[in-house]
Amino acid sequence: MQASPFFSINGLSVQFKTRNGIVDALRDVSFSIGKGQVIGVVGESGSGKSVTAYSVLGLLDRVGKISGGTITFDGIPLANAPDKLLKDIRGREISMIFQNPRAALNPIRPIGKQIADVLIEHAQATQATARGKAVEMLRTVKIADPERRYWAYPYELSGGMCQRVVIAMALACNPRLLIADEPTTGLDVITQKATMDLIQTLTQTRDMSVMLITHDLGLAAQYCDHIVVMQQGKVVEAAPVDTLFKHPQHPYTQALITASPGPSSKLADLTPHQSHAETPAQLKVQPKTQRVAEAQNRDLLEVVNLVKAFPTQTSKIARPWKQKNKHAADFLAVNQVSFRIKRGESLGLVGQSGSGKSTTSSIITRLLDPTSGDIIFDGENITQYPAAKFTHLPQRANIQMVFQDPTDSLNPRFSAFDSIAQPLIHLKKLTQRQSLQQKVEQLADWVDLPRALLSRFPHQLSGGQKARVGIARAIAVDPLLLILDEPTSALDVSVQAVILNLLHRLKQQMDISYLFVSHDLNVVRLMCERVIVMNQGQIVEAGPSDQVLSHPQADYTRALVEAIPHFTPNPV
Amino acid sequence: MNLKQTIRHFHYVLTENPVTFFAFFLFGVIILAALFGPWLVPYDPLATNASIALQPPNASHIFGTDQLGRDVFSRVVVATRLDLGIATSAVALAFVVGSALGCMAGFFGGWADRVIGRLSDTIMAFPLFVLAMGIVSALGNSVENIVYATAIINLPFYARVARAETFVRRDAGFVQAARLCGTSDARILTTQVFPNILPPMMIQISLNMGWAILNAAGLSFIGLGVRPPDAEWGIMVAEGASYIISGEWWLVLFPGVALMLCVFCFNLLGDGLRDLVDPLRRN
Amino acid sequence: MQAKVLQISARLLQSLPSILGIVVISFALTRALPGDPAVYFAGAMADQASIEQVRQALGLDKTLLEQFFIYAKNLLNGDLGMSLSTGRPVLEELLTRLPASIELTLMGLGLSILIAVPLGILAATRPMSWIDHLCRILVTAGVSLPTFFTGLFLIYIFYYLLGWAPSPLGRLDIIYLPPEHVTGSYLIDSLIARDMEVFWASLKQLILPTVTLGLFALAPIARMTRAAMLNTLASDYIRTARASGLAETKLLITYALRNAMLPILTTLGMVFSFLLGANVLVEKVFSWPGIGSYAIEALVASDYAAVQGFVLSMALLFTFVNLLVDIILTLIDPRVALDS
Repeated sequence: MQASPFFSINGLSVQFKTRNGIVDALRDVSFSIGKGQVIGVVGESGSGKSVTAYSVLGLLDRVGKISGGTITFDGIPLANAPDKLLKDIRGREISMIFQNPRAALNPIRPIGKQIADVLIEHAQATQATARGKAVEMLRTVKIADPERRYWAYPYELSGGMCQRVVIAMALACNPRLLIADEPTTGLDVITQKATMDLIQTLTQTRDMSVMLITHDLGLAAQYCDHIVVMQQGKVVEAAPVDTLFKHPQHPYTQALITASPGPSSKLADLTPHQSHAETPAQLKVQPKTQRVAEAQNRDLLEVVNLVKAFPTQTSKIARPWKQKNKHAADFLAVNQVSFRIKRGESLGLVGQSGSGKSTTSSIITRLLDPTSGDIIFDGENITQYPAAKFTHLPQRANIQMVFQDPTDSLNPRFSAFDSIAQPLIHLKKLTQRQSLQQKVEQLADWVDLPRALLSRFPHQLSGGQKARVGIARAIAVDPLLLILDEPTSALDVSVQAVILNLLHRLKQQMDISYLFVSHDLNVVRLMCERVIVMNQGQIVEAGPSDQVLSHPQADYTRALVEAIPHFTPNPV
Repeated sequence: MNLKQTIRHFHYVLTENPVTFFAFFLFGVIILAALFGPWLVPYDPLATNASIALQPPNASHIFGTDQLGRDVFSRVVVATRLDLGIATSAVALAFVVGSALGCMAGFFGGWADRVIGRLSDTIMAFPLFVLAMGIVSALGNSVENIVYATAIINLPFYARVARAETFVRRDAGFVQAARLCGTSDARILTTQVFPNILPPMMIQISLNMGWAILNAAGLSFIGLGVRPPDAEWGIMVAEGASYIISGEWWLVLFPGVALMLCVFCFNLLGDGLRDLVDPLRRN
Repeated sequence: MQAKVLQISARLLQSLPSILGIVVISFALTRALPGDPAVYFAGAMADQASIEQVRQALGLDKTLLEQFFIYAKNLLNGDLGMSLSTGRPVLEELLTRLPASIELTLMGLGLSILIAVPLGILAATRPMSWIDHLCRILVTAGVSLPTFFTGLFLIYIFYYLLGWAPSPLGRLDIIYLPPEHVTGSYLIDSLIARDMEVFWASLKQLILPTVTLGLFALAPIARMTRAAMLNTLASDYIRTARASGLAETKLLITYALRNAMLPILTTLGMVFSFLLGANVLVEKVFSWPGIGSYAIEALVASDYAAVQGFVLSMALLFTFVNLLVDIILTLIDPRVALDS
């Protein structure tokens, strides 16, 4: 560790004025960054890590106020500094990059000009030289054909490219400190690695210091020297990476580290032990002896040559009169996909956004009709029924789904009770108030949802509680196959750990088969015996989870596995 | 949400913002005048008396009298029912038809969306007040046709809001979940989607009421729909217009202010309602 | 640049269906007359034979589709029918009065833009300040103002009480001769003729009706400007620009305002539509000899061809303005191509 911290935060407190009075967003936050050092600020949502970053550059909302403490950069006090001073520091000495790179760029100004604006503002270039320097910056962040791309608009670039443009803007004036606020959230894991590697190389060659704000412990571990863990506006622990992971001191850090799935962790390790020791005992799940006995080892689901084609814009406009023969121009979201799931088995479906995994799961759920191919479920080809008709068939109850976004998947005007009761009323025709009440309460018990919360509306529930409601609704009608579409991606890591354990327990108790759709290989490995990897609508690899993760065969899978930020810190 | 909570929230909204409170108060007065106006006023709004024509406001006629000696106050109060009646029926008609069409367009998409979209685009391609003039002139000059014309020019707004709000919820997780529960499309539309698009629709209604009242009054100002001697704010202003340059201001001022307050009240309610019905903004 | 030309021509093509829709609706309006139009047009004294004659003359014995094509063909030839009350072609009547209306409408729109846009920007950049409160009061009160009432109120104050304004009767006091017709706008024509006296006289006549219309249009423009500016100022790219240390003026103008212009321009199109309606009322109040007054006279006289001609021409004018707005949008927003 370097000796002289040239950037330090001391006893920083920030308050927000809200309708319900004053809320403490930060309480007595202190840490420092040495020259060339990379600090990771880690915490879950609401921990105050972003507020810390915004305070540094005076970018807090109007309602936020620094109520105490100091921020010192190279001897200059920044807390509550005059705007004029901050303006000169911003972009010149301290730069910042944000999550959601596409929104971070002015949509109607060429990207090159946006870089040039920053250069001219800080007198790093004149009107005449700005363009050349901006192009040079684009080349530095590895944007191909920078002269032409200078005139590109953000909507013409991919998310990863937009983030590189934002990096170019941030580094244009050679600042001494870079604050990166969740810079790769929303990017695919392979793009994430490319972006983070780029940030690492560029900052190392310029001897810059970095403050990396992230919720992802793995990412922080891989790219930082030193980690600050925050919880509810306070710093709970700060230590060099090695020390932090090997000997976490604070219980919260310990819990956070345990809850993050790594390449070698086990499901049961993710949560503190007491939580799932007590719950199963009180459950009385009827064992589906009948089901189990007859069905062991038989295929529950067989997907054969599934294809889903979406007409592309150009094919529609160019030849609207041609009915046939336009398949060539169609976009194949799912291309010849085949796989099987056995009774009681969990299959992981892994891929990045746009890989076709969500389309595949929608088709199997029979919410979407395939272009061609068959789905044989429980011995019957269910593609013979159109999606609109399948809704009214008795088989409907056997395939259920847990949705990605727990907020979006609950009707804001339905109480938790109503949401869970819905499938019971419509599919099981359970209309008698008494038995309905009983059954819903039983389901709430199974998913560890306190009965008192059943009368609440979604906006009165936490993310984890909403996820439980969604799961209870899905298992209410005893489905044979449960499709889990990124069920934990919207949740904090500690909540994710609990939900994953819950799902695992339910699967064993109820003997359901899972199709677990996820972008996170580590999570899939924990939950599934087998995994298939999809890319651009096709299956690129299939096999036992452990094997695919440890010895990937396809190039794509290898890239994917390598891109996962490692939990064990790199030896420096 | 339970009743107690709703009442508490209602109370919160009213006390938090005195303007909203004022709007609710005004709303009460307007409703009162519309329901019981004819029994509350001191004079017969149609009774003429040439001997007291054009008297400025005084103790017995607090708003003065008009060119035929009719009591302006009585006429202003009694007119509330007609003005509000026209606007309410027009907006109700536009709301029912517009939200049904809009929901269908947003939910089913395809040709239904195209036809309904084209229809509302075509209506919107006209300057709306001008279109209303054309419709009334074509259908015939009657109060009923003022209602139809006002409903038609309001229709696209409801259809658009309903379509947009339905469209974003068409593939929402909770709609898909309802499909997984074996719910039919019609049921999903009525029980899942429609209750959720009601808040924005309510705000639209409240904002449109003001506009509908202004339109109807404007039409009668230029001599369409309501005929003299019926009391209606637009006509009263029109009748008073020729006296303004000779200084008889009360003929125009009182019905004009009544009209303005009425519209103002509905516009304020629109903002207040947004806070009241939107569960997401509750703390 | 070539892409822009393509986009603009595509937009021109897109306006064809809405023009067709307008023609269909105005055709439907002419045929929606209660009762038998032939009986109506033949007059009260007509016998069966002359009613038949009128029916044939009007083409009412043909199928609706044929009638529509005849109607459309007449429109293409600029034939909007004859005005019953004056006996002259409707098109000619409208064209003579159009400049008066356009001059008034544009003045009103210009005035409201000049006040509303800066007001909205100031309100958005200083939330909860006095100017923000002023903006909100103006916006809520403004949309509640009945135009005809505002006009009469202004006349009472500035003509009757203060005597500052000339009598609210038409474009020019009768003691002056209108300037030689060049553009149709008295302001511009009098300047061309270098007749400052007439210029001031017609400007004075214009002030009250312009203020009336301006007050009407102020509210929606200020509301949208404020909302659009608040929206863009809260956006991620403004935060990025601020974090890069860009100067506040650059931030406000190049980054925020240019983005906010897109919704503001769209609103301006809508406001123009409302102005065309409000214009009718204002023309009546100020005895302004424009097409609005003409339409009211025609309405009172049950001169249907004139009314429908007025509705149709207003719709076409509005379509043209919308087209203009969209073309400007295409020029400043690179993303427009994606949507269409």
